[in-house]
Amino acid sequence: MAKKKTVKKAKKAKSSSKRSKKNGSTPTKEKIVGLAESVVSHIDAEENPSLNVPIRSLSNVSFNTRKKIIEMGENKANRPFFDLGNARRFMQTMLMSSELLKLQDQFKTTSIRDMFYHCKHTIEGTREETFNDQDESDPIIEDLEVTLGSLREELRVFANPDGAMVGPAVIRDRGDEIDLSRMGSGGWAVPSIVEPDVIEFVKCKAKYVLLIEKAAVWARFNEDRFWESDKCMIIHGRGQPPRGVRRLCYRMVHELGLPLYVLVDNDPWGYYIYSVIKQGSINLAFESARMAVPTARFLGMSSYDAAEFDISPSVTIRLNDKDIARAKEIMAYPWFQDRRWQREIKHMLKLGVKLELEALSNKEFSFIADTYVPQKLKKGKWLD
Amino acid sequence: MNEPPPATAHDEAAQLSLAFDNTDTSQAVTASPKKKSSARTNGTSKRSKRASEPVTAEKMASQQREISVSEFFAKNRHLLGFDNKRKSLLTTVKEAVDNSLDACEEARILPDLFVGIEQLSEDRFRVTIRDNGPGIVKAQIPNIFGKLLYGSKFHRLKMCRGQQGIGISAAGMYGLITTGKPLSVISRTSKRAKAHHYKLAIDTKKNRPDIVHDDAVEVDWDHGTEVEIELVASYNKGRQSVDEYLEQTAIVNPHAEITYQPPAGELVVFPRGSDQLPAETREIKPHPHGIELGILMKMLKETGSQKVGAFLKDEFSRVSPTVCKTVCEKSGITPATWVKQVDSQTAERLYQALQEVRIMAPSTDCLAPVGADQLLAGLLKGVKAEFYTASTRSPAVYRGNPFQVEVGLAFGGALATDQLARCIRFANRVPLLYQQSHCAVFKSVAETNWRQYGMQQSNGALPSGPLIVTVHFASVWVPFTSESKEAIADYDEIRKEIGLGLRECGRKLNTFIRRRKRTERESQRRSVFLRYIPEVSKALEAITGRGSDGLREQLMEIATHRTELADRELDDRGNIVRKRRDTLEDEHTVIVERDTPLDVDDSLFEGDDVKRISEKGAKAPRAKGKRSKKKRASKKK
Repeated sequence: MAKKKTVKKAKKAKSSSKRSKKNGSTPTKEKIVGLAESVVSHIDAEENPSLNVPIRSLSNVSFNTRKKIIEMGENKANRPFFDLGNARRFMQTMLMSSELLKLQDQFKTTSIRDMFYHCKHTIEGTREETFNDQDESDPIIEDLEVTLGSLREELRVFANPDGAMVGPAVIRDRGDEIDLSRMGSGGWAVPSIVEPDVIEFVKCKAKYVLLIEKAAVWARFNEDRFWESDKCMIIHGRGQPPRGVRRLCYRMVHELGLPLYVLVDNDPWGYYIYSVIKQGSINLAFESARMAVPTARFLGMSSYDAAEFDISPSVTIRLNDKDIARAKEIMAYPWFQDRRWQREIKHMLKLGVKLELEALSNKEFSFIADTYVPQKLKKGKWLD
Repeated sequence: MNEPPPATAHDEAAQLSLAFDNTDTSQAVTASPKKKSSARTNGTSKRSKRASEPVTAEKMASQQREISVSEFFAKNRHLLGFDNKRKSLLTTVKEAVDNSLDACEEARILPDLFVGIEQLSEDRFRVTIRDNGPGIVKAQIPNIFGKLLYGSKFHRLKMCRGQQGIGISAAGMYGLITTGKPLSVISRTSKRAKAHHYKLAIDTKKNRPDIVHDDAVEVDWDHGTEVEIELVASYNKGRQSVDEYLEQTAIVNPHAEITYQPPAGELVVFPRGSDQLPAETREIKPHPHGIELGILMKMLKETGSQKVGAFLKDEFSRVSPTVCKTVCEKSGITPATWVKQVDSQTAERLYQALQEVRIMAPSTDCLAPVGADQLLAGLLKGVKAEFYTASTRSPAVYRGNPFQVEVGLAFGGALATDQLARCIRFANRVPLLYQQSHCAVFKSVAETNWRQYGMQQSNGALPSGPLIVTVHFASVWVPFTSESKEAIADYDEIRKEIGLGLRECGRKLNTFIRRRKRTERESQRRSVFLRYIPEVSKALEAITGRGSDGLREQLMEIATHRTELADRELDDRGNIVRKRRDTLEDEHTVIVERDTPLDVDDSLFEGDDVKRISEKGAKAPRAKGKRSKKKRASKKK
């Protein structure tokens, strides 16, 4: 792995996942070998070999009100091999570890889907597959991330990249300099791994970052060259943004000192996307510290916008039962307890309708880029 | 039924003729012509005024005549079990076999039976049954085989298969009616005597044997009787067939050797499983609580005793001097009262008093149960199950008649898992194949809650699963629901006893099922681990460089150790576990390990393949020495 000097950054990796960049993949490799050796020592002691895996569920996360991020707790699940419920997962974890080690040795990076295929085979003497589908292998990788305290990037695996960015900035991607203001209509595809050793910021004239939920709406902003006129980076993550997009936003906020604005649909799912950007997610709570942006601002759409911008009632959509249930669920999360947020959600429930970003096109194709966003920014009409 | 019981063939006095010479019976069947016509006189004379052709009492009287028992049954042959061709074949074989076994047992001879069925044309069969019993004296042969309701068994209370003296003669009558061929009997009483050969037809009008042929023949056996009946019938295998009947007979009569030649296929031998004849049973006198007023009056009329005290003591069981005194006092007479002076009112008082007084239960040495051991041996011989248990209840009493219930269960193994349990019924060692749902046994099985013993069951039905429930009912008088002797009447006492027996066995079954589930879980667990161990050790080798072979062996060891540990825990955890183990270690429970899945239709009770039955016979010795301490399922694994 080519070594890069790190850009100064507030590296807030969890205590257990301190990364040292000294020499290739050594720390991660050491961790994998250490894990296997502890299992072997159990075997030598004629004990039940077991793994202690931090629990990744709502029961083991808490909202750190000081840091304003979701953090994973200390609870760990003991996964012994000689236990009917765990035997298969234990076997899969061991198998996955040995294959991840090969990635380390060969200095290769691959997708989690690749890993699924790589580890899949029929167990000798049976008709049983080591992995039946990717839904079985992905959680094993996530478990290993938390068990080893290694980031996914350190394990050299990535998920399907998704998301694009343009703006007045120049970056270096694996050594290639890329001018993000000359990316045409598609923009620069955000890779899954955006760590400093892969992506470096060379130059940046932007004043803020605008994260847009939908690719189609992002395309509108790009075509109108909004980033040029307003001096901002525009980025989208196609719905719930993948890790790469989140991590990139984090880096731009922390390393370039830009404020982050989030533009999502006015529905519970939009609220939740914003909250994941801001505080982190339950499933990846262990990554919050290096991905969550507590200063992110919710630019829109708000349930008050319909009145504010005189949007026709005919472009609103009735909330269905699922929407209402989700909205109430979100209202109960500790990180949505802010008075203004409670008011915002209650207002949506009171109106009984949701609003998509595209609804603004009802007025004018470029209403969202020409009027809506600038006006909101100007008036400071955002939530945080 | 009428085969001569006694070892001493000249004990003819014991065989009472019942039919027509007995006034009581004939009155019961038809009223005397005189009485009837006079009773009708008034009614008819009135009506005759309107009727165009008046029917006079005299005219009616000309049509009123006695009905013979034989005629009655010839018309109502379904009452005797001859309702259809298939059943007729079974009933014929059954009656003959029952008689043969009864005769042999009474003469204390180990029965050796031959049953042959020969197909003459599509629906015509010749049934031959030969036994090695004591034989029948020449003079009695025609009455026994050619007269209905003639026999030795009706008038006594003794545990035996036959009851009324209808069966074999009815079979002969059925053959005669359907084919015109008389029944043929050859009997020999000893080596020294020659065998008699009779061909008998029943004169149905007179209920009297009609001797068609009579001579002496040479036979190659020393003593015994051979009956041959030609009849219209049909032969099937499977449920309710002759095959099934013989199989089940062999189960509860392990002391008998039965050779069977089916219409097609090879000779089948049900080998003798035990040289022990059933215990000799004592004949008992009726118990006062088991009689009715009419019977009491009849007994008073027929008794040889002169005084009431002697009558009570001699004719009944369990009437002590104290009981006798109390009863007489209550009914206003003394033990010294002359029997002849007892009028109907006194008799009624006497009857009431007899019912009210507490009397000791009848003695039970009149019963010879099959015994849990033998029942178990029979099941082991006949069914390929995994778990067998049997129990014999202590005797009980219904209506003054002692009876005893035995229950056997077979579970698992090759038995079908997706069907209702099978209920096999026996009464006095005779399999009952028809009218299951009317039988007290069936009702008791269905009303028992098998769910609490680990089985599935819908309300009011038999449990479902690989289970065979066997119930043997032994009594001096089996209360059948009809003359064809197919179902046991539903007396509360009987049902209760059967229920208790079922529950006793059910509890053991429950222990077994639960233990088996546990063992299954355990072995499943082990196999899961064994499956993954190679993967894990390979992965560990790839990471750490430790040899995977060594790791695999170590892991295997831990796996065995851990699962064994679980096994041990179950046994050593304390009293509850130890106690539970003991319940299955009694001598009447057997667990057979069946590692390989069995060819399912190999079960005797499927009755599909006669050939297999003989193979089964050859394996029978397996049944011996079965009380397995070492065979316990969980330990072996």
